[in-house]
Amino acid sequence: MSKDSIQVKIRANPKFAELVGKRTRFAIILSLVVLVPYYSFMFLVSTQPQFFATKLAEGGIVTIGWPIAALIIIGGWLLTGVYVSRANGEFDRLTAEVLKEAGK
Amino acid sequence: MKRSFFALIAGTLLAASFTVFAAGGAIEGVEKQPINVSAIAMFMIFVVATLGITKWAAGKTKTTADFYTAGGGITGFQNGLAIAGDYMSAATLLGITSMVYFKGYDGFVYAVCFFIGWPIILFLIAERLRNLGKFTFADIASYRLDQNRIRTFAAIGSLTVVCFYLIVQMVGAGQLIQLLFGLEYNYAVVCVGILMMVYVTFGGMTATTWVQIIKACLLLGGGITLMLMTLSQFGWSLDNLFSKAIESHKLGEKMMAPGSLMADPISAFSLSLGLLFGTAGLPHIMMRFFTVPNAKEARKSVFYATGFIGLFFLVTIVLGAAAISIVGTNPAYFEGGIVGGKIIGGGNMPVMHLAKAVGGDIFLGFLSAVAFATILAVVSGLALAGASAISHDLYARVIKKGTATSEQEMRVTRFASVGLGITAILLGIAFKDQNVLFLVALAFGVASSVNFPVLILSMYWKGLTTRGALWGGIAGLVSSVGLVILSPTVWVKIFGNPAAIFPYDHPAIVSMTLAFFVTWLLSVTDKSARADNEKAAYEEQYIRAQTGLGSAGAHAH
Repeated sequence: MSKDSIQVKIRANPKFAELVGKRTRFAIILSLVVLVPYYSFMFLVSTQPQFFATKLAEGGIVTIGWPIAALIIIGGWLLTGVYVSRANGEFDRLTAEVLKEAGK
Repeated sequence: MKRSFFALIAGTLLAASFTVFAAGGAIEGVEKQPINVSAIAMFMIFVVATLGITKWAAGKTKTTADFYTAGGGITGFQNGLAIAGDYMSAATLLGITSMVYFKGYDGFVYAVCFFIGWPIILFLIAERLRNLGKFTFADIASYRLDQNRIRTFAAIGSLTVVCFYLIVQMVGAGQLIQLLFGLEYNYAVVCVGILMMVYVTFGGMTATTWVQIIKACLLLGGGITLMLMTLSQFGWSLDNLFSKAIESHKLGEKMMAPGSLMADPISAFSLSLGLLFGTAGLPHIMMRFFTVPNAKEARKSVFYATGFIGLFFLVTIVLGAAAISIVGTNPAYFEGGIVGGKIIGGGNMPVMHLAKAVGGDIFLGFLSAVAFATILAVVSGLALAGASAISHDLYARVIKKGTATSEQEMRVTRFASVGLGITAILLGIAFKDQNVLFLVALAFGVASSVNFPVLILSMYWKGLTTRGALWGGIAGLVSSVGLVILSPTVWVKIFGNPAAIFPYDHPAIVSMTLAFFVTWLLSVTDKSARADNEKAAYEEQYIRAQTGLGSAGAHAH
């Protein structure tokens, strides 16, 4: 079968639209979940530094800035796990079905 | 082939032992330290082990695919470690700890900026990169565009970033080694250059990957061990660690909150843009995505890499904060014994002094060997990316138009690796005693304003044409390099002018915007027949990017 007709079949398969739609939405949402807190953080760091000087506990030493920065790093990593688990499961299953139904 | 390999190994070891010998005779540099035997011995073990791996890899490296991508047979976990190895350079370990040591919390903000690109690379780029590319990032940039112009330009973009980065690493290697091992600067640079040539020329991607993996494990293991030894001195209490740090730091309580480094929102924004998207435009990082067999493993590699990099950054933050009280109050680590004066070996040394303070000479030797190994691994990755831009993009595709045989291409690759090694040595010597920090800004500026726009637009935007990509890339290149020259780091600190013409050290906010704008403008106004063909070709590329249909698979061995 020619490459072109495989492509036409893939394009015509509603599962392809479903795969692309779901994956694109998921990727954009996760990117926003990373970038919005990150840029809010950067904005606050440069405009409201005193906010990060607030003590974590009454009379304690550590300011809230440290756990917030750590949370951005740890949270960013956990989100990569969220994406990989869905992409390597659901999205790859859909991809395999789309390719199979196109005769590839 | 085999014989020349052994000849080179013998030559390298000989050169290394000469280096030791020669450096013992001449002690002229003010900063040069006495020969550190345990550090050199541990580094030699690393060198011998990695040369053994290179010999094994050389036997497996027969085709161009083996050379560029290790045949696509690396697993996601291995590749994750290797990516982390590429990204965690000696500069990261020394630089971030030193920034926390001097600036407190600002160092942590900087680390977050260096980290945040990774999740975004996974969500938006990794699997399309794997599905579309074969050997280099130019494969994707020029997928449906003019093979001559766009491929040439993408290769130049790669080589520019590689060269800037190489200089930073070589100068860092020279300084670090003269300090830690007590070796002469030039010998250290030559040593790094020769070993890098051996790894890359003979072992290709397989050897480079394993050097990265070993080095990543050593660096993570060494960092975590040092952190645990340090924390035990504070009774395992972060509260205790921080209260001691505040007592000793000249900023006092202020070190616990953001300070001067990020005080200007536009400057902070430009820095974060450059680091975020520059990471995605580093050719030696992108190349790693072609070493795994499919998109599934590509995603896994980013998951593991992100975890290791994040962990490493958190460890370096603790080390930097601990060094404030342990190193910062001990006269033994300051020139002339004046606490708070000049640190012995320069501002990048707090973590090394910390290693000595809590682990003694043996642990300092170990960490020094790891730092040297780290530089070696990073320059190997860079040289491989540069060599493939020369042989795969410029030679095989542009000059030979795809008619070169595998043997011819391999030969060019090896010449290119040797050529890059020699270039790196010469540049490393030429930039001796220069402040090379601006080259990091340049590398990330070019990566974010030249490589990244064409990469992301070719994958996501149907309307991209050759004319737009070419002029957009040129606009990004000229503006990013030009603005770094006009920035405070170069215009004021290096050229000695009273005021900077461009007020920010990182150009991305202007140069990246300009690159995207020019690319867009000259693409939408491109009414040529070629532009129509390029837009029509997007459909095939899109389906391949989404499904992996027709993408390069793993090669059987």
